[in-house]
Order: sequence, then structure tokens, then C-alpha cells
Amino acid sequence: MKKEKKMAFSLPEEELMNSGHLACQGCGAALAMRYVLKALGQKVVLCIPACCWSIIDGQFPYSSLDVPIFHCAFETAAVSASGVKAGLEMVGDTETTVVAWAGDGGTFDIGLQALSAVAERNDNILYVCYDNEAYMNTGIQRSSATPYGAWTTTTPVKHFKERPKKDIDAIMAAHRIPYIATASIGYPEDLFRKAKKAKEIEGTRFLHIYAPCPTGWKSRPEDTIKLARMVVQNATFPIYEIEWGEKYTLNIKLKEKKSISDYLKIQGRFRHLTKKEIASMQEEVDRKWERLLSLVNSSREKDQIPS
Amino acid sequence: MKKVIMGNHALSYGAMLGRTQVIAAYPITPQTQVVELLSEMCADKTLDAKFIKVESEHSAMAACLGASLAGARTFTATSSQGLALMHELLHWASGGRMPVVMGNINRAMAPGWNIWADQNDSLSQRDTGWMQFYCSNNQEVLDTVIQAFKISEKLLIPSMVILDAFSLSHTYEIVDIPEQEKVDEYLPPFNPQLKITPDEPHAFGGLTGPEHYFELRYKLQKEMEKAPALIEETGKEYEKMFGRYLGLVDEYRCDDADIILITSGTVGSTARVAVEELRQEGIRVGNLRIKVFRPFPFEIVRNIVKGAEKIAVVDRNISYGHHGIFYEEVKSALYGHNNSVPIFGFIAGLGGRDITPSTFKEITNLALKKKRPEEEIIWIGVKR
Amino acid sequence: MRKKKRAQKIVFKSEKDVPLMAMSTGTMLHNKTGAWRNIKPVIDLDNCIQCGICWKFCPDVCIFVEDELPVIDYDYCKGCGICAEECPTKCIAMVEEEK
Repeated sequence: MKKEKKMAFSLPEEELMNSGHLACQGCGAALAMRYVLKALGQKVVLCIPACCWSIIDGQFPYSSLDVPIFHCAFETAAVSASGVKAGLEMVGDTETTVVAWAGDGGTFDIGLQALSAVAERNDNILYVCYDNEAYMNTGIQRSSATPYGAWTTTTPVKHFKERPKKDIDAIMAAHRIPYIATASIGYPEDLFRKAKKAKEIEGTRFLHIYAPCPTGWKSRPEDTIKLARMVVQNATFPIYEIEWGEKYTLNIKLKEKKSISDYLKIQGRFRHLTKKEIASMQEEVDRKWERLLSLVNSSREKDQIPS
Repeated sequence: MKKVIMGNHALSYGAMLGRTQVIAAYPITPQTQVVELLSEMCADKTLDAKFIKVESEHSAMAACLGASLAGARTFTATSSQGLALMHELLHWASGGRMPVVMGNINRAMAPGWNIWADQNDSLSQRDTGWMQFYCSNNQEVLDTVIQAFKISEKLLIPSMVILDAFSLSHTYEIVDIPEQEKVDEYLPPFNPQLKITPDEPHAFGGLTGPEHYFELRYKLQKEMEKAPALIEETGKEYEKMFGRYLGLVDEYRCDDADIILITSGTVGSTARVAVEELRQEGIRVGNLRIKVFRPFPFEIVRNIVKGAEKIAVVDRNISYGHHGIFYEEVKSALYGHNNSVPIFGFIAGLGGRDITPSTFKEITNLALKKKRPEEEIIWIGVKR
Repeated sequence: MRKKKRAQKIVFKSEKDVPLMAMSTGTMLHNKTGAWRNIKPVIDLDNCIQCGICWKFCPDVCIFVEDELPVIDYDYCKGCGICAEECPTKCIAMVEEEK
């Protein structure tokens, strides 16, 4: 049955993440880790606060990653990474990439203060937020990353979330850090390229990864990748980079911007929404998309931005 | 070299001589001079350290923990509300066996806002697994910081070096600043067994079920139990090199004392003035200053108070719904060993109200008058 | 070939064997997550075009490549179905697990 052809690999074969981890079926966060580690390689220290990944990694005395992890307090991912980086440098290790690896709750909510301070100091760390749009680890409670309309256990159908998702990327841009990028696990090559690029940049780098959660979104596990593509194609989660807070680059251009309805339809968390509510969500997506395009078009060239 | 410095700068010099590698701190009155001097030392390279100027005490401790796990010697300083904000991470430090050394200036907890001396801030952190050293003069502050690094790094348990707001933090005293070479000889570089490095990838502090958590905590307590002997040993070694001994407690004229005043912090030296004056009146009184609160020096306290007829514990703190905290600790130390000695519990000086030699005279006279204490808490100086 | 890693169970007989803090010393490979599965992916290799997509999108790192073809490690496959869903030639079928 041996074929003549070679297997096609669009990413390096080496794995720093092992099987046996505790992620749910079809977990987007697990894929995010797999791709980012492929890009960063072994010379890495991860600081993981309370989040799905503090469980996914496994129970003491085991770990599912071949890189070291500091499981740190919920609100401290960014500054723990700054501390590790400073400590490593003082003991003579200037090479290691120190990564804060946090969920949306640890980033948008409880960890925002420390993250903002790290970004303001431009500490030399890579911050990765894998965004599954709610507190999934504790059982699907709303976070400020939860989008408008979504059901969670603290935003029941009768009182669903009525405020839009916090624009964390704009907040990070306001800190004028060297590199911000959004990415989706539906586009692993783009994510891989960005993680690699971020690794080479000095200063605070912020990588915001869209990572579907079948358990919390009431979607089918096999739809994880599909959702991670749809969200990009309908411009709900555009894929772009921001350099020094001012230079916006759109990485995935849309030939035809899809409507959000198909995307909403395959997620139980949006099932209760009326046509009117969906229409207003669509308006919001369109408005934000236009705003992003105008930021991209009016961006200054990188060499014109004082760093 | 002798220098006239404030208590806060004694902390900074201790951290400098200890060759701290990473400092992360946030300003709070009355701690600010500690970090101001350290910033200058880092800026002019007197101290080769990274100073992370964080946005909160919570982050200060978090940064120290990361740096400590990476194998760097770390120092921070705070006070009162700042210490309270760190609370979560104090557990993280001891549970993670990260030997951070921290200066804490004893200051009252709000509300209302009060920046004066009071021990409730540090004593509220009693059960976080930190060693706690209460100092009574600036020399002791400096010497304790250097020794705390040694003790902490040996046991992999963090240390808090504590001094009173203003009466020590802002008070200038002559301090003998040891030579760097000699300190280097006393305190070897930090080289921990557990270290986070890509060369040997481990996950630290992950999910730990009931089948293992218990043993981890047992081990922490077992190490803590080794601390009293180690504190005495490192103290003697320090004495040999620098001529000053810091042990678990500091006793003054307790040998033949009928009544022993038990204190902690700066008021120890105030108590001694009263001891001298009372002795001239023919009252045989002594002072036992408890320097190390955690681990509690049960045995040595028991031995020192053995011959006393009465004990008066003076607390600048309170556990609401209970009593003065040192009072309770002393009682528990004596339970089953010397049940008959009456122990009087005094609460004085909360929120920085003055404790003077005459306060101690009043306390001594009150204790002398009664056979046994008539109330569990004897309040000194409350207007009522 | 898939690198065979240590998949040992670690047993602490007494507290003396336990590290000072909760520090991992082994991998989660001892945890055979294949037991979570209700349906399992089966690859029809005749129709496989070796595109690598199933390998790429597996969240459980349990599709590996042997002799230039994808092989599923059923010890770990949780049966999420992403590989079947994403396969461009639809040569992966999700079939009922026989218990």
C-alpha cells in the first residue's frame, strides 16, 4: 500500500505536545498550543495561569508538554513571565523565549492589569491569549471576551449577554507594543508564521488566537476547524497584525465576506437569537470590519512610527 | 563601615549586600525609601540586579516568584494593604518553595487610613508558610536580611523581615555595614535544586489531587520544623564573622525575673528602659523579645519563662473574637508544660498609638497587683 | 516514525519520593485517552491523497505518519471527528466503536 508520493507537511513534524492530555474532544486550545510550540521550539518557558490549559496539561507528577511550565496565579500570567525572563537573564540565559499562555478570562478580565503593566514597560515576553470566549474551565461562565448574544451559564437564554466582546487588540495597540497579531486555529500556517515572527521580536508581543470550544459553545467537536475558518471568513474575527500600535496589516483578505448566520447556526450558544438580534449582530460585525479596513488603509509605514 | 541610616535603608543595604538579582516592588508608605534606594543602586550599578517596576504588590510578588523559580535571588518590600494584596501569592511562594525575602513595614490596616505601626498586617499572614522575623533596631534589620537569604535558600521557604512603621522605618541609627567580601563568604550564590529551564523541562505547580497534595504540605511543615535549629546555627556563624548574634528570641534580665514582659518589634527596646527603672524600684522584671514568630520558638520561650511567677504579653495586634496574637501563641507554647504561671494579655498601641516606658510600668504594676488576670484582654490606653 | 516516549506511571511509595513541590517528572502518555471514544475514525488509505490535513488538525496529536501515510493511534484518539470532517477526499469514516 506504500505510495510513491511523499506526505505533505505544511508545518514541522516535530511535536512538543504529547497525546494523553486532558482537553475535551475537538478542543481548539489544544491545537493552539500544538501550533505555537511547533513555531517556538524547545527553548521556551511557559507561564500558565488558571485556565483550561492548567488542566489540559495533566495532573502532577505528569505533563503533556516537552517544555517547562510555571503554573502561576490566575491574574499573573504576564508578570510571572516578566519575572521568569528577568530571573533567567540574571542566571545567564538570554535565549529562552518566555511565554505567558492564558485564556480569555485571564487576559481580558482578571489578568488585564498585570498585562497592561507588562506592555507599558515593554517587557521582553510573548503573551498568547487563546480565546474561547468564556470561562470554560469553571463551566462556561461569561467573560468580557464573550460575544453579544451568547448563552453561558451566567448569561442564561432569558438574559443573554447584551454587551459586545471587549476589543482587547485595540487595548493592546494603545500600549504601542512592537507586535500584536490575531490568528485562528483554522489557519495554522498563518498562526505558525506569526508565532515564529513574534519569537524574533524584542519587547512585548501579543498573540490573540481564536480557539473554538465545542463543550462551551454547544457545537459539534468535528466543527472546530470549520468554525475557526467561518469566523474569519465572515469577519467576526479578522486576521491581522499591528506593529507599534499603528501599522495595521490585514493578513487574510476576504474575497466575499460571508454572512454570520451560518456561523451562528452551528453553535447552540446562539440558538435562542431572533432574526432581529442576528441582524443587529451582523451590523456590528460590518461596522467593526469597516473600521478595521480604514485602519489598515490609513496605516503609516512602520519606519514612520517612532518605536 | 559605620553609617547613620534609616530602617528602610537598612533593608536596602541588606538586599544589596545579599546580591539580590531580581527586585520587583510597588511603592507604599512607609516602605518607599527601601525601593528608592534600591532603584538608585540598580541605576548606578552598585547592585547588579533587574528591578521590575510593577503596577501592584500582587504583581511584585508574582514577578519575584517567576524570577526565583528561574534560579535568581529575589527581594521585595511592602507594608500593610500591599501585603494584604499579596496574600494569595504568599501561599504560592511557600507552596512553590520559592525562597523570596521580603521586607515588611508593620503598618495598620485600613479603614480608616492609618500609616502608623501596628502588627495586624503581617500577623494576618501567619498561616501562609512564611518565616517571620520581627526586628527591634536598624542593625538587626540589615543583619536579618542577609541571614534570611541563607536560611530561606537552605530550606526553600520564604522569609519576611519585619520592622515597625516610623519608629524603625524612618528612624536613623548607627549601623555597621559589613564588607561585601565578608558577606559573600557568608552567603553563597543561590543555586536551587528546583529550577525552571528548557534544558530540563518540568511543569511546576500543576493540578495536584488529594493523593499528593497532603504529602507536599507535610514536607513543607517538616522543613519549617528544621528552621529553629538552622536559625540558631546560621546566627552563630554570623556572629563568628560579624560579631553580632541574632537568634530566635532576645532576652533581657529574665534570669532572676519574677515577671517577664514579652514583646516583639521595636517596643522591645522601650520595654528595656522600663525594666531598668522598675529594677531600681526593686521590682524584678525582665523582657523577652520574640524575634522569630514563624516558626514559633516554643522550646526557647518555655525555657526562658520557666522561673517566672508571672508573664505579661504585650500585643500591638489583635485577632478579633480571640485575643492578642502573641498572647495566644505564648499560652499555647506553655500549655502542658507550665500550666500554673498566670499569663496576662495586654493590647496596646494599635494604629501607632504611643507605647512608652511608662506604658510598660503600668503593665507591670497591673500584673503585679492581681494574682491572676481577671479579663482575657487587658486594654492599655483605650479611652472608655 | 513516531518517537516512542516514556509512558510510565509514577508511584510515590512515601513522602520521601515526592518532589519538594508539585513538579512533573513524567508525561501524560500513560493516560490512554482512547477510552473516551464512542466513534472512531477509519482511514481508507486507497483514497488518501497524503495531503497531511488530518495530521495537521488533530488536537490530540494522535495521527502520525508511517511510510508516507497517516496512521491513527487509537490508544489516544478521543474520536472528535475533526480528521473525518476536514479530509478533502472524505476517505476517513467515523464508525461506531465496538465494545
